Parts: sequence; structure tokens; C-alpha cells
Amino acid sequence: MNKGPILRVREVSKTFGGILALNRVSFEVRAGEILGIIGPNGSGKTTLINTITGFIKMTSGKVFFRDKDISGKPAHKIADMGVTRTFQIMRPYYSLPAYKNLVIPLFSPRAKRTGGWRGGGKLGDRNTVGIDILEEIGFERDSFVPYKIASTLPTGYLKRLELARCLALKPEIILCDEVFSGLSMSEIASMVPLIERLQMEGITLIMIEHRLRELFRVTNRVMVLNFGEKLIEGTAEEVMTNEKVKEAYFGSEEIEEVMTYA
Amino acid sequence: MNMDQRRRERLDRGIKVRTDGIYALMSWRELSYLTLPRLVLIVGMLLLPLVMPSMYWQRVISIVCIYALLALSFDLLAHFVGLVSLGGALFIGVGGYLTAIMNTSFALPPLLTIPIATVAGASICTLLLLPCLPLRGVYFAIVSLMYPLALARVIEALDILGGTDGILGIDSFPNRWVEQYFVIVMVLLFLFATRRMVNQDIGLVLRAVKDNDQAVRASGMSITFYKAVAVFIASAMGCMGGACLVHIYMWSGISLLALDFSILPIAATVIGGAGTLVGPVLGCFVLVPVSELLRAFGTLRIVFYSLILVAFIVFKSEGFMVYGRRKYNQFERWTKV
Repeated sequence: MNKGPILRVREVSKTFGGILALNRVSFEVRAGEILGIIGPNGSGKTTLINTITGFIKMTSGKVFFRDKDISGKPAHKIADMGVTRTFQIMRPYYSLPAYKNLVIPLFSPRAKRTGGWRGGGKLGDRNTVGIDILEEIGFERDSFVPYKIASTLPTGYLKRLELARCLALKPEIILCDEVFSGLSMSEIASMVPLIERLQMEGITLIMIEHRLRELFRVTNRVMVLNFGEKLIEGTAEEVMTNEKVKEAYFGSEEIEEVMTYA
Repeated sequence: MNMDQRRRERLDRGIKVRTDGIYALMSWRELSYLTLPRLVLIVGMLLLPLVMPSMYWQRVISIVCIYALLALSFDLLAHFVGLVSLGGALFIGVGGYLTAIMNTSFALPPLLTIPIATVAGASICTLLLLPCLPLRGVYFAIVSLMYPLALARVIEALDILGGTDGILGIDSFPNRWVEQYFVIVMVLLFLFATRRMVNQDIGLVLRAVKDNDQAVRASGMSITFYKAVAVFIASAMGCMGGACLVHIYMWSGISLLALDFSILPIAATVIGGAGTLVGPVLGCFVLVPVSELLRAFGTLRIVFYSLILVAFIVFKSEGFMVYGRRKYNQFERWTKV
């Protein structure tokens, strides 16, 4: 596998009116690795994902995916190239059963081309492929869970459904916007192996997280954002002992929790 | 049993014969249970011109069918794609004027003008409505309402396309039976085709656009494209209605762009049951004849008409098809609490 950078973000800036939400943020992700992005509330993490995936237009800067310039392209084109995302506030199709939620991404041009995760989408029956994907991601096949209407599913399943929607597209990169938040400890405990499995299958992940302890279980490379600026990038120990990071998180419980952990 | 110690329990009828397009063998009883409502609708509509052979009522039936096409297109856009359309008048107007031009200037027979007006009119309407398709919310309703108002004034002010006199001397259908059965068969065809489409995968994508358009974008699909597809299908129905209407009246004028064509389908959808597709069609079969019968009251007609609508919204806001479907598909019984 090509170990060069799969995604290069170059000096991306975004202003909302007079507010500088992102200030010349640059970073690189190598194929197959997991990059964590952390930072206090309002530091621009979700805005960064939104600009990379084309959901909002960046003010300036460039994003390269496999040396192709994807900055300024519409969101569905970027998703079509395999740069997929989950939403922090889950966006399932609430009126449809869980497995029908996956028929929609399986109907997309990319899934028709690639066959979706494991290539089953080319076989035709999208309902069956949808249930297969749901089973792999932790919906019990023999229960009624895959057939339940999405509005009746608990948060844990909806977070998985977000990931499943990305997987149905056979993604190259998944940008996860807080997949652990709002989950119980046992739900996270079953989510961590899933993330590890995705990485083993060669999917690159960028994970925004507030749950630092869980994040450090799946990756050791993190980047810290504060007020739209990149503070530091490095291993968990480097980042957590950095003075600027301590200052940004000053008084926060999370950092103390992690300091004792590290 | 005391009244407040019991409640009504609803149970789905135990019929699981149809799973995603596969029909299992079953008893005649179950077979007729499934097909009977559809047969009643099809046979009923085909028999209607025979039951009401007077010239007047036959003309009413044709007009009802054209409103039914509009109601179907409104229901498809509003409840399966999430676009509230006030464009009925636009669809009728574009389809009607295209037919009139083709018939009078190029002498094309109705056999050609109707299909051409359907496809070309739908393309024009889709192009006109394209600018507001990437937006969510009320914009589509406003723009689709604006076009027929503006077009009528343009035709009036510039005195083009016959101006206020309209275009006269358009061919009629060969005879009134052809006219009747053509529109009736078209309503049935579009109704069953639309019903089938919304249950296919593409229909699922359209419903997803309504449910959550950002997630559709994240799935690598352009919401504008799928909205345009839906608008094309819906405006094709409307334009075909307009084409038929022009051939029925043998005249095309500004009244084709009247707001009746935008508003009545919405009323029919409300009383028929939103999101059922067949409900709005049947709603037209109730509303238009009622409005004809109320002509006896002269100018008070609109008052009674409005009262009927208000009564429906207050007492049966779900619409009679939703109500009827529930009664047909579920058992009800009283149980102790």
C-alpha cells in the first residue's frame, strides 16, 4: 500500500463574517493511519471537517486527496471520490428502517462502481447488502434491530449507522465527527474494536473526539486545534505535556483525567 | 364495561404475502383482499363515462382527471421529495401553450402534440425551476407560484401567443369517448407508475432527500439532480394535463395560468390523504363534482366549498384514504385497560 500522504490540507482558512473559524490549518494524513483531532469547544474541529468534505466552502487554502485538488468541489463529488464523513448530530433517514438507510448510499454512483464495502453492492439486491453491512458493524442480524425504523433506534446504533453509511460507499477516508460522544462505556468498548478493524482493512480515519482516553486507545497521533489554529501535532504524550495545550484546556477535567492516564 | 376502563386496540391483519416484489402463493381470499381495492379503482374509473353519459358530466370527468394529474404531481413532490409546489398553473400553462402552438402553427395532430408537449413542457418547467432546487424550504413554493403569475402578465402586456384572446382553432379529440378514456387511462397509468417508483430504490432516494438532504450529499449523490428528476416527472404529469385541456377546450388562453390549477390539487390532497398518491386523485373526484353541484347556489358556491374544506380539516385532517386504509388493513377491538 502507498504509505505517502493520502490527504494533504494546506493552509485552510474559513471566516464566518468577521470571525476567523479556521486560521491557516495544515496537516497531512498517511494512508491507513488514524489521526485524532482534539481541541476545546468552538476550536473549529467540525468546521475543519465541513470544509474538507465540501459541506461549507473554505475561504482560502487547498485540500489534496491523492494529489488531486478537491478544494471547492461540491460535497457529493468529494464523497464520490471516497472521502466520506459522519455527522456529530446523527443524520439518519428517520422515517426509514435501518437497512433501508443503507440502500440510499448503495444506490450512489460510487457504490454502483465499486460495489460498496466488500463489493456486495454489485450483486444487485441492495436490501440484503444493507443488512450484511449492518451486521458487520454490530446490528444483530437475527434480532429485529436492522428492521426497526431509524427514529426508534438508540444513540449507539445511530452512531454505527452513520459509520455504516460511509462504509456502504467503500470509503478511502472516513472523517468521524465524535463517534464516541453520547455513548455509554460499554457501547464505546464495543466501538473501539470496530474502529481498529476498519483501520486494519486499510481505511484511513480522521477522528474528532472529546473522549481523549478512548481516542488514545485507537491512535497515538493527534493534532490540537484552539481558536481555529493548529497548536501542535504529535504523539499523545507530547501533546498532553505541551504547555500551550495545558493552557488551552486550563481547568478542564478532561486534561487532568488524561494526565493521570498518561 | 366502563367507558374509561377500555381502550381501542389496533392489530395489523396477518397478511405477509408480499415481500419486496415477491408474491407467494396464497388463498383466493387473501388474493382478493389485496387486489380488490385496486380493481375497484380501475374498473370504477373505466366505467365512469358509461355510468354518466350526459355531455355535461362527461366534460366534468375529463376536467377531474386533469386535476387528478395535478394532484398526483403535487403529492409526489410534497410528500416524497419535500418540495411544496404551487406550480400546477405553470405546468398546465406551459403544456397547454406548447400544444396550442404545435397544433395551430405546425398542424401536428393531438397524437403527436400531447407526447411532445409532455416531454418538452416538462423540460422547460424543470429548467425554469432549476435555480431554486438546491435550496430547502419555502423558496420552491414561491418561485413556482411566481412563474404562472408572471407569464400571464407577460402574455397580456406583450400581446404574444394571442394575448388576452388566446389561441383559437385548436383541434379537438376525435370524439368525446376518446377524450374521456385517454385522460382516464393516463391518470391510472401515472398513478400506478408513481406508486411503483416511490417504492423502488430511486423512490427511496427521493424520500431520503426529503428526510435528510445533507446525508444524501454525504452519500455521494447530488440532491439537485434527484430533485430535478422528481420535478421533471411531476411537471410531465401537469404538462400532459395542460395538453389534454387545450384539446378539450379547443382554445388556449391566459386562464390556463389561473391559480385554480395550483390550489385545487392541494385541497384535494388534504381531503384525500397526503402521501397516499391515490388519495389526492380520489380527492379530485370528490372536490370537482362538489364544486359543480354547488353552482346551484350561485355566488355562495365558494362559501359552501370553503365550509366543506374547513370541516374536513377539522374533523378528518388525515384525509379519507389514510383513514380508509387503516380501517381496511387493521382489526380494531375494545380491550380492558
